[in-house]
Amino acid sequence: MNVPVSANRRQFLQGTSALGLVVGFHFSGVGRALAAEPAGEFVPNAFIRIAPDNTVTVICKHIEFGQGPYTGVATILADELDADWAQMRVESAPAEVKKYANSAFGVQGTGGSTAMANSWDQLRTAGAEARARIIAAAAKKWGVDASTITIEKGVVKGSGGSATFGELAELAQQTEVAGPFKPKEPDAWKLIGAAKLPKVDTLEKTNGTAMYTIDVKMPDMLTCVIERPSRFKAKVKSFDGSAALAVPGVKEVFAVPQGVAVLATGYWAARKGREALKVEWDEAGTETRGSEQIIKDYLALAGKQGVVARNDGDADAALGSGAKVIEATYVFPYLAHAPMEPNNCVIYRTEGGGVEMAYGCQMPTVDQQVAAGVLGLKPEQVTIKTLLAGGSFGRRATPAGDMAAEAAHVMKAAKHQGPIKVVWTREDDIKGGFYRPIFVHKLRGAVDKDGKITAWDQVIVGQSFMKGSPFEEGMIKNGVDQTMVEGASTLPYQIPNLRVSAHMADVGVPTLWWRSVGSTHTAFSTETFLDQLAEQAGVDPLEIRRKLLTKHPRHLGVLELAAEKAGWGTPLAKGRARGIAVHESFHSFVAHVVEVSAGEDGLPKVERVVVAADCGIAINPDVIKAQLEGGMGFGLSAALFASVDLEDGRVVQSNFHDYRVLRINEMPDVEVHIVASKEKPTGIGEPGTPPIAPAIANAWSKLTGQHVFTLPFSHAAAKA
Amino acid sequence: MIKLTVNGNAVEFDGDPSMPLLWFLRDERGLTGTKFGCGVAQCGACTVHVNGEPRRSCVSPMSALEGGDVVTIEGATGKEVDAVRAAWVSLDVPQCGYCQSGQIMSAVGLLGANPKPSDEDIDLAMTGNVCRCCTYHRIRAAIHDAAGRLEG
Repeated sequence: MNVPVSANRRQFLQGTSALGLVVGFHFSGVGRALAAEPAGEFVPNAFIRIAPDNTVTVICKHIEFGQGPYTGVATILADELDADWAQMRVESAPAEVKKYANSAFGVQGTGGSTAMANSWDQLRTAGAEARARIIAAAAKKWGVDASTITIEKGVVKGSGGSATFGELAELAQQTEVAGPFKPKEPDAWKLIGAAKLPKVDTLEKTNGTAMYTIDVKMPDMLTCVIERPSRFKAKVKSFDGSAALAVPGVKEVFAVPQGVAVLATGYWAARKGREALKVEWDEAGTETRGSEQIIKDYLALAGKQGVVARNDGDADAALGSGAKVIEATYVFPYLAHAPMEPNNCVIYRTEGGGVEMAYGCQMPTVDQQVAAGVLGLKPEQVTIKTLLAGGSFGRRATPAGDMAAEAAHVMKAAKHQGPIKVVWTREDDIKGGFYRPIFVHKLRGAVDKDGKITAWDQVIVGQSFMKGSPFEEGMIKNGVDQTMVEGASTLPYQIPNLRVSAHMADVGVPTLWWRSVGSTHTAFSTETFLDQLAEQAGVDPLEIRRKLLTKHPRHLGVLELAAEKAGWGTPLAKGRARGIAVHESFHSFVAHVVEVSAGEDGLPKVERVVVAADCGIAINPDVIKAQLEGGMGFGLSAALFASVDLEDGRVVQSNFHDYRVLRINEMPDVEVHIVASKEKPTGIGEPGTPPIAPAIANAWSKLTGQHVFTLPFSHAAAKA
Repeated sequence: MIKLTVNGNAVEFDGDPSMPLLWFLRDERGLTGTKFGCGVAQCGACTVHVNGEPRRSCVSPMSALEGGDVVTIEGATGKEVDAVRAAWVSLDVPQCGYCQSGQIMSAVGLLGANPKPSDEDIDLAMTGNVCRCCTYHRIRAAIHDAAGRLEG
C-alpha cells in the first residue's frame, strides 16, 4: 500500500507538530522546495525564500550536525540583504544535485570542512540578487530611483515610505533585474565577523524540541534493529527467529545483507527480539587478523620505501652523508567516531512508487543513488529530508552510502509496507567498523653538525578507504591515496631533502575518514618528530619552526600568536611543561600551545590549551571559537584514550565503558585566538583537531624525557 | 499496572516491566527530548529527574517506577531550569545538541542541590554526561553563569 504523498506529509508532520521549532528545519521545507511556490513569496534563487510573513528562509545544502553551517549560511545571507537577524530561518535543501552540489565534490554533500568556503561566493551572490530585486520592487512601488533606497535591519526605506521584505515579496518576485550581482564590500558588513551573533539552533537544543532522526514518529512506523556479525562482512548462513517473534511487539524477522533484521513496534521490543535470535554466520573470506598482527604486518612494510608522494632533493644521500640520523616509528590505532546519536534512518514509500528517507544525511547524491539502486528505482524517485544529526565527525558520510543501503535493503525485504526506522545501538556503532584506519609511520631525519635538518624520510603504511570507492579517481594520485599522506606530503618546513612515501595495505575492515582525516596521524608524527630533531639540534621548538617556516606566513602567524598568548618561554609552575604544534588542514592554519602535568594512571593532565587559528575571514567568530574548543577536545579524547582493538578479526570494545571518551573533568582550560584575515573563508570543523595530540606529546617529552610513539597515551601508560 | 506521573500528568503502563523508562518516554509518550546514547548509563544523554533527582532513564526499568514522579526536559520548570536554559542560550553551548537535554537535566539537578558550585563540584556532577562535540568548556562556564543568575 502506497501512502499518498500529501497524506504522508501531513502524517509526518503530525508526529512533529507539537514542536514549535524556532528554526525551520521543518519537514515541510523539503517538500516546499520541490512544490510550486505559494502566492506572495519571493524566491529569487535556490537558496532564498522570503514569505509575506516577513521571514527570510535560507535553504542550506550542508547538514547541520554541530559545526554551525545553519548559522553560517544565515549570517552570509542576512548580511547581504541587511536583514534583521530575528527574521532569518534555515531549512535543509532537498537532494537535488543540480542546484545543491558541493562544488568541492561535484556531488551534494557535506564534509572536508567545506561548508562555509563553498557557500561564501554562492550565497553572497544569491543575496545580492535578492537585495537588488527587493530594491527594484520598492523603487517601482514608490516611483523613485533605486539608488535612493536603503535597507536597514530588514526595513526598506526610500522617499516614498518604508516597507518590510514581506510586504515587498510579491512585487519583488515579479521584478527582474539584470545581473551580474555584486556582493557588498567588506566595510559594509554588519553581521559577518560580528563577535557574537546568537546561533539559529540553540534554543530548540535546550528545550528538547530539536528534531533528530531517532525522534521521527509516523503512523504505522516500525523500529528495526539488526543483528550484525562479529567479523566484518560475514554473511548470514542461517537463523532461527522463532524466539524473537515470540517477544511481544516483534512483527518480523528476516535476513538482509547486513545481518538479521528485527522489526517491532518500538526500540525495546526490537532489541529484546534481537537478543532472542539465533544466527549462524558464514565467515569465509573475512578478516581474521587482530590489531597486533595488522600492526606487525605494517611494521614490516614500513621498513621499505613505498609509492612516492613527494620527493625533494635526495633524502638517501643526505641520510648517508654522515649527519646524525634520528629514527622513529609511530603506531596509530583504529578509531570509532562514536557520535552521540548512533546511525539511523527512517524510510517510507511515497506516491507514484517512490521512496523517501528522513535522516541525518551527509551525502544526499550518493545515498540517493545507492538507495535507488537497491530498490530498483531512478535516483529522482528517492527523495531525502535531511534532519539534524547528533554529530558525525565523518561517520555519516560513507562513499558507498552504507546507511541508505541498509535502510533500503530492510524496506525491500520487509512485508511491512509502512515507514521503518532503522536504529543502531551504541554497540553496533563501536563494533560496526568505518574506523579511522590503523597507521604506522617510519621516519628518519638527519641533523648536520651545524644543527641544520638536512633530510626527512617518511614512510606511511595504512589502509586506503578511497580505493574502490567512487572517489578513487579524484583522491588516488600516482598510486597514492592523498588522504593517507596529507599533512606529511604537504610538510611546510624548509628541508632540502624530503621524501614521503606510502604503502596501501589490504585489510578486510571497513575504514573511513574521521575528523581531519590524514591529519589525525600525520600531524602527530611530523610535529613530534620535528621536536626530536630540534632536540638533537639543540634548538627551541618554537625557534626551529620559525626558522623553517619563513616562506609560510600563515603558519607563522598562528604559531607566533599562540606562543605569545601562552607566554612561551616564561617560567612555569613546578611540575608543568609546555609543548607546541602547528598544522594546516582544509586550508586553515591552527597552532596549539599546551601546558601539561603528570596526571593519574601515568597519563598527561592537560592544564591549559592556547589555540590560534587562521581560517580566512571569520564569518561567525563565536562559532569558530566553539569549533576550535570542541575540535581540540575531540582530538584530546582520541589522544588520551581512544582505540578500537581487534582480536582475531573481532572488535574488543563495545560501548563508552571500554571505548573511553573525554569527560568534563578531563577538559582543560582553553582559550582561542583568531587571526584577522582578508582571505576567503576556509574550513573550521576539522582543523582544530590535529595539533593537540602532538602538542601534548611534545610537552610530555619535556616533562618526563619520554618521547611518545604510540597513541593513545593510555596504551603506552598501560605498558609502562 | 504501573502508575506514575510524567511531567505532572498521571500515566499508566502495563507493558514489559523490564522496559527502561527511556523507551516508555520516547516510544510510548512521544517525549523525544530525552535521548538514547548508550543504553548502559555511560553517557547521560537519557538523564531525567525521578522524584527530583537526576536519573539515567536508559537503565531504569518501569518496574521500579511505581509512584514515581518523572520530569523530562519538556516538562522541566523552576528557577534553576530558567537560569540554566538562559545561560545555555547566552553562551551558545550546544553544537550538535544531542546530549544537551541530559546535560541540562544534570546541571539543573546540581544547582538545585548546590546553588554555587565550584569547578570541582561541576566536574563531579557532570562527569557522567558525555558530549562528543566536547562543549564541556562552555557547559562549565554556563553552570557558573546560571549560578550567577540564581544569585542575582
